[in-house]
Order: sequence, then structure tokens, then C-alpha cells
Amino acid sequence: MLDCTPKDITERKSGGIINPAKTCQPIGAMYAALGIHKCLPHSHGSQGCCSYHRMHLTRHFRDPVMASTSCFTEGSSVFGGGANLKASIQNVFHIYKPDVMAIHTTCLTETIGDDVSSIIKTAEVAEGKLVIHANTPSYVGSHITGFSNMTKAMVSYLAESTSPEKKEQANIIPGFVNPGDMREIKRLVESMGIEYIMFPDTSGVVDSPMTGEFEMYPEGGTTVEQLKDTGNSQITLALGRFASSDPADLLNKEYKVPVATLKTPIGIKATDALLMTLRNSFAREIPKELEIERGQLVDIMTDTHFHFHGKTVAIFGDPDIVTGLTEFVLSLGMVPLHVLTGTPGGSSNSAAGSFEDDINNMLKGAGIEANVKSAGDLFTLHQWIKNQPVDLLIGNTYGKYIARAEDVPFMRVGFPILDRSVHSYLPIVGYHGAMRLIEMISNALLDRADRDAKDEDFELVM
Amino acid sequence: MGMNEAKLQEILDQYPAKVQKNRKKHIFIKRSDVESQQIEANTRTIPGIITNRGCAYAGCKGVVLGPIKDMVHIVHGPIGCGYYAWNTRRNKAKSDDPKQNFINYCISTDMQESDIVFGGEKKLAKVIDEVMEIFHPKAITLSATCPVGLIGDDMGAVAKAAEAKHGVQVLSFSCEGYKGVSQSAGHHIANNILMEKVIGTGDQEEAPAKFPINLLGEYNIGGDGWEVERILKEIGYHVVSVMTGDGSYEAIKNAHTAELNLVQCHRSINYIAEMLETKYGTPWLKVNFIGIQGTIESLRNMALYFDDKELTLKTEAVIASELARIEPIFDQYKKICEGKTAFCFVGGSRGHHFQNLFSELGIETLLAGYEFAHRDDYEGREVIPTIKTDADSKNIPHYTAEVDEKRFRLKVSPEKLEELKAKIPLGEYKGMRFDMKDGSIIVDDLNHFETEEFIKVLKPDIFTSGIKDKYVIQKMGINSKQLHSYDYSGPYAGFNGAVKFAEDISMGFASPTWNFITPPWKNQPLLEGTVTEEGVA
Repeated sequence: MLDCTPKDITERKSGGIINPAKTCQPIGAMYAALGIHKCLPHSHGSQGCCSYHRMHLTRHFRDPVMASTSCFTEGSSVFGGGANLKASIQNVFHIYKPDVMAIHTTCLTETIGDDVSSIIKTAEVAEGKLVIHANTPSYVGSHITGFSNMTKAMVSYLAESTSPEKKEQANIIPGFVNPGDMREIKRLVESMGIEYIMFPDTSGVVDSPMTGEFEMYPEGGTTVEQLKDTGNSQITLALGRFASSDPADLLNKEYKVPVATLKTPIGIKATDALLMTLRNSFAREIPKELEIERGQLVDIMTDTHFHFHGKTVAIFGDPDIVTGLTEFVLSLGMVPLHVLTGTPGGSSNSAAGSFEDDINNMLKGAGIEANVKSAGDLFTLHQWIKNQPVDLLIGNTYGKYIARAEDVPFMRVGFPILDRSVHSYLPIVGYHGAMRLIEMISNALLDRADRDAKDEDFELVM
Repeated sequence: MGMNEAKLQEILDQYPAKVQKNRKKHIFIKRSDVESQQIEANTRTIPGIITNRGCAYAGCKGVVLGPIKDMVHIVHGPIGCGYYAWNTRRNKAKSDDPKQNFINYCISTDMQESDIVFGGEKKLAKVIDEVMEIFHPKAITLSATCPVGLIGDDMGAVAKAAEAKHGVQVLSFSCEGYKGVSQSAGHHIANNILMEKVIGTGDQEEAPAKFPINLLGEYNIGGDGWEVERILKEIGYHVVSVMTGDGSYEAIKNAHTAELNLVQCHRSINYIAEMLETKYGTPWLKVNFIGIQGTIESLRNMALYFDDKELTLKTEAVIASELARIEPIFDQYKKICEGKTAFCFVGGSRGHHFQNLFSELGIETLLAGYEFAHRDDYEGREVIPTIKTDADSKNIPHYTAEVDEKRFRLKVSPEKLEELKAKIPLGEYKGMRFDMKDGSIIVDDLNHFETEEFIKVLKPDIFTSGIKDKYVIQKMGINSKQLHSYDYSGPYAGFNGAVKFAEDISMGFASPTWNFITPPWKNQPLLEGTVTEEGVA
């Protein structure tokens, strides 16, 4: 497995990638758009883009992912995609009848410079129907950037402020997480008794129930009314800054909605931070049931600390998820040796800080020295592991090749997971999500211990 | 319940006028009382339509080049294109030299904004240098994505310079996603360059064993190619090369030494098949190793071609022993499948081939179609001279092979060839329509709307298609099977594949999970019985 990867690391200066840990913007935009109720995402580019994104999202969620395409040919690439996009808008509303059509661009249409907002303005859009768009050039950022850009488009196209008084409600931008995570975040906020608007919200869209009927637009998704109302909220919680800060900042700039940018609430510290922010912003006490949940989590962490304390781990995936996971494994006493994201991570020492700064600061606090990289690839991660082996690898499905090559226990978290099911229904966020993560970590490590134990060392109780 | 012209019109009437006019030409109901029924195919999908089609890049790099295991395939473009064609198509490969098996690697130039503005040629050249330094491959392919052609990167020049620098072949494929109207354009682009620059560059003049064949258009999805090779080797054939499943650059270079070319997927590889005949005088035989009868017929046709007594005897012996082994198992599954109905919509030739297996299981195919086929795949190769070239097909470079004076050799005499052609499909493919029953529907580039509508009318028991359709269909409570990826199962080709397919399809029908769709409370009123003064009676 991956026998062509040498242990010796030679510096690669070309900027090329071997075995990516990211993909391109449009798939993130498509996923975000699915989180609007009765919305059909539309890919303005060649058919292949739309096909690939639908394929990949469908494989991750094992649920229908509907989207249309501008079907570019060489002619439209030369003469511009205006005609194709206008035809698309007409056909989509006539045939597929969404309330909203959310267009994202591709590297093709960005390279030729199609002015999508002008095309939309001159297109015939039926009364009561909406067309929004986001520029998502595939040659900038990653799928996380695309998610952020489409979420930002929801704000720029739809948000409004109808009164100077803010409503006692929170905007919650969950970031590029699974519907199961979105549900769990909503449950936490609801149990605090706080009104909220989550956007985008793919729960109920890509985890829709089997009823014997196909619903092109399932019940889930943030409604247009809710999206409009985001300008009236008293705060926006941007969960995971790579996927969520930009839209939150735009709401602040346009409608003076203050922003709290928090980590994706993975693990005990990040979940505490989310609840404390809600508590302080809305002067609501944390309900007993959440305090009990937290206590149960701490109980589990303490009861089983000897399963994972001191174990070394490599983590890769999307920056917000990796940041949360790194913080949580540190809370468990584990030792992250390699931490990598494929997404460009912001510049070091900038006001906003960078992915690498964030991770290095956490590691410094724990007295750990590790390999940390943004805009990295899995070839690099594999070479790191060859040189400095770990007890556990955490990441998306692509990690299974490295895990097999190096015989490392592997735990699947993040996007995409293409070879296991159910993951998108169950959360990794909140206290319950943290319990689930502990179960996954323990199972991975203990299954390995059981596999490798001699008969005389094989234990009933562990 | 069946389909007729009136019902078809009712479905089409729901479209906007322009769309209706277009889609009508892509659909017909089979009638054998007319000599020909023309279909429109390989033309543009209407913008906004939810199509299953992909792009030229997917057809070139994803389908034809990707499976060649001992070449490093570099994708020149932003990251997505390389990423999505990485380990997603199940073209399995194994190698005696694991250090030259690059099947699990994805290499991309990861173009950034500055590359779009200032050009990506230098970056591409550097990536090639790194690939040479790290992997030492025997050859490299470069596949273009949309922006490459638009910004005018000269990949050919980069490839040429890299060949001079590194002394290995570097092939450049201008398969930008916007070329043509589907994956099909990419197949053609890949075929042209493999023919022009790889096939025939090996130094073997003759194959090292008797009955040498190439297996064309077999991509080893789920191990299909391995099952076919197992049978062929048992009979005594020598497989020179497979294009391109588990394919190897070294083997493809010597593909000219075969005595016969077998064509499994007509759509994606008929160009090479034709050119091999022109250049080396090697005829091609349309085979179909999907289905028991298809496999048997293909094997018998091959034996007729080689016309060797021992080979023919061995062919029959293998068929007999395979049948004796698999038939009792297959028949068990047939009991579960018998009497059911199917829709069979796949990319290229599988939309036709799998109807065989359905039929052998007692399942009737009510509707079939291809995602990216041409008219000949529906109507037969005789229509090829009448197919008009349009603007979209004109922009795919046309490569014409010429006779290789040194290596051209008639493999059978012209008289014998004519005699064989009367019996077996040499250089011939009759298309999907020929095999379908009257009243069945043939649809080109079936889209989401039509999928829903046809299901409502015909209510098939199983729908075979791809991942984008799969869960749509299952939500309707209908068994759905991916025939691009085989739902991660397989092989489905050959004798063992037929059994595996039968098992998987039966599992889909027999799964108890379907029984739970309706919750028990939906069919039962909340309160039964009467409430009296004493309580509930």
C-alpha cells in the first residue's frame, strides 16, 4: 500500500500536491446551498464539476443531492456563459420548481470572467422566486472557502435589518459539519431556551427519512424568511472561523450584528465556550440537563483516561474540525505529533492569526512539539508518520491508505467519509459528541490492543 | 401498465417548449415493424437540466488513463478535478512491482490564482521534475482541466521539454472539461494519443504465446477484467494487454502483437479498435462478457475466429465445466428475481450489456439508455456514415491511423474474414435497440425529471444507474443498484460475475429492510374499541 512513498523527505517547492487533503470551492458552496429550504444549488460551469460534487456529497451522506449545471461547451467558454445561465434559470424554475436557486461559479467561469450578478439581474426570474450567487473560483482556498462564500452570499443577498432594535435571538453559523452536528448544536441552544436562526442548516435535507416518497425538497433547511431575519439578531455565533467568520463579519458590517467567533464545539472546552457565550449574551443560566451531560462526559474522561493518556496521534482534515479535535485530544492527555490541513490556513502573525498559530499555541500550552501544517497534503502526512510513528490516525476516509500502509489504528472523522455509514447522523459536537469521540478513540486503540495481545495477555476487563 | 406515445407525450408536455422539442428526439419506444428508429445522441445537454453526465476530463483521465497503473497521471488544474478522479472509480490494479504501481496516488498542480493570471506551465514543469525525482515512473500523462485551455498553457510544449530532460515519455491530453458534450469526448482524446504515441512503440514483433488478444474497453471495475482474464487464460489465450483496467504502459506498447482485439465497451474504445485494424490489420470482435450467454457466445465467437481444433474443444470444455459449477447457484437466485422489471441506465455500453443478465434472471428491461453514447450505440454501427459532425464534435482532434508498413499483417485472409463476418460480430456492433423488446423505452441522457416520471408510470422493481440517482430511487421504495461502481461489489463479468450479480440483485429484493418503510401506527387508528364508564373495553 502506497509503496511509492519514500521515508526520506525531500523538500517540494513546485506547489503541486500529492494526495490532497482538500478539494475545491464549489463542492462547499453546493453543500451550503443545500442548507437553504427549497433551494436547488446550481453549478455554473462544465457538467463534470456538478457531477463530481453531487457524486462526492452523495457518497458521504448516502442521501440524494440534487443540483443543476450550466452545461458549458467550448462555445460557451469562448462567448461567455450568459446564455447558458439564463436558460438554466428558466429551466430550473419551470421543471424543478425550487423557491431559491443558489448559483456558484467554477474555475471555468471565473477564468473567463462571467459576471454572474449582472446575468442574474437581466435574467427572467418568476415572481416570488429568488436567485442568489457566490463566486467560488476553484483555484482559491478550498471546499471550506466555498462553504464560507456561499454562506456569505445568503447574507449579502437576503439578510435585512427591519428595525434598529435587535431581536433577542442568535444567528448560528455551524460551519462545514454534518447534519447530525447541526441538530446537536440546535438542541444545545434550544435547551438554553434561546431563540436562534441556524444557517445554513442541512439537517432534514441530507439526512431525510425513508418514507417511500422522494421529496426533491425535504423539510429541512433555513427558510428565506429566517435568512432575511438574520440582520435583526442580537449576535452571530460563527462556529469555526474558516467556514463561518466571513458571513458573520458581513452581517456585522452591514447590519451591526456583533460576532462571536468560536471554535467548532468539538470537545469539552469548545462546548463550554459555546455555552458560556450563549449564557453571557442572553443572561440565561445553563440548564440542569446540560450540566449533567457535562458531568457525565467528565466522568467518562476520568474513568477511562488510562486508555488514551500519553498516546500519540496524527490528525488531518478541515481546519475548523482539526482545531477542535486537537484541543479535545489534548484535554484527554493525548499527544498530537502531526496536525495537518489541506486548506490554506491564513498567514502567520496576522491579526486574525493562522491555523498553524492556533495549533502551535495549543501544543505549546501542553508542552508538545509537533509537525503542524496548513495547505499540506497527505503525502507529507504519510512521510511524517513514517519518520515518527503514532498510536492513532484521525481523519477522513482518505487516511485509510496511510493507516494500512503503516499499520496504524484509524478513526474516521470529518469530510468525506465514503466507506462507512451513519457518521453523518451522529454528532461529534457538544458533550454528547465528545462522548462519542471518546468511544471511537477507545475502540480504535483497544481493538488494536486486543488484536495484538498474546493469549496470556488477552484481558476480559480493560 | 406500459408506455405508449400518448403517455410519453404527457410527460414531455410538462417541459418548457424548447426543452420538449429537444428531449423528444432523445427518446423512442422500440418498434420492430419499422426498419430504423433514429435517436439524437452525443449532443448538448440543455443548461439547467439535472443530467448524469460528466465532462471530457472525466472520460479521458477518469476513465481511460486513470486505470493504467505504471504511469504517473498528473492533473494540471485546480485541485478538485484531480481529487474527484482519485480512487473513486474502482478500477482495480495489482502489480508485481509495487514501487511502480501509482494507482492510489493523486497528483495535481493545484493551480492558484497567480497560475491562472501568469500561466501554469512553469509550475507544471516543476511538478514533473518532482514526480521524476520521487517516483521514477516509466511514463507520465498530463491531463488538462478547464482553465488550462482558457489561459493558453501549452501543455504539449511542457511535455516535450520534460521528455527531453528526463528521457521518459510524457503524454499531454487536452481534455478540458468543456470539450465535446460529455465524457465521450475525453474517451476519444485519450484513444487518439494512446494510439499515436504508445501502442506499437514496444519492440516485440510477435507475441510470446499462441492466440494473443487485446481486451479493449475493460476497466476492471470490481475485478471484472480479472474474471474475464481467468476464463481466457484457462482456455489458452494469451492476453497481450488490457485497455485499460489493471492496464500497464509496458503491455500497451506491445498491443500491436495481438491477433485479435476484443471490444467490451464499444463506446469508450472503438476508436483504438478501428485504428488497430487500419494500422496493423488486426480485426476486432465485439464481445460481451456480461451475462452467462453473452460470455459463452463471446468465447465461441473467439474460437470461430481462431479456428483451432484444440482451442475450440477447450472452449467447450471450459464452458461446460463453468456452467455445471454455476448454474445450480444462479438458478436459486433466479427464483427470487423471476418476473420482475428493470430500468437499466448506465454510461456507455453497460446500459446494453446488463440487459443480458437481467434477462437471464427473468427480469424484463422496460427502459434503457446511455449517459454519453452516440447513435451507433443505440442503432448500430451502420449509421456511423450518416452521423453529422456538429460544432461540439469538431473541436475534438481527429487522429487517423495509417498503415504500419513494417508491421501490418492480415491476420486472416479477406475471404475468410468475409465468411467470419457473416457469423460473428467482427468490426460490428448492432447497438442496444436491436436487442430490446417492442414497447420498451430507449432514452438518451436520461435526466432527473424523466427518471421520476418514467418510474411513476412503469413502476420498475429495480433501477440500475449511478450514485447520483441511487438514493433518489431508493427513497421511492424501489431497489436501486449502481452499475458504475457495482455498489462496491463485483466482479459482475464472466461466469463468477454473473453469480455475484445474481446474488447482489436478489439481496436487494430480499432485504427485510424494505418492510419497515411504513410505521405500524400509519395503518392503525389510535383508539380501537369503545370507552365505557368502567374503562376501555
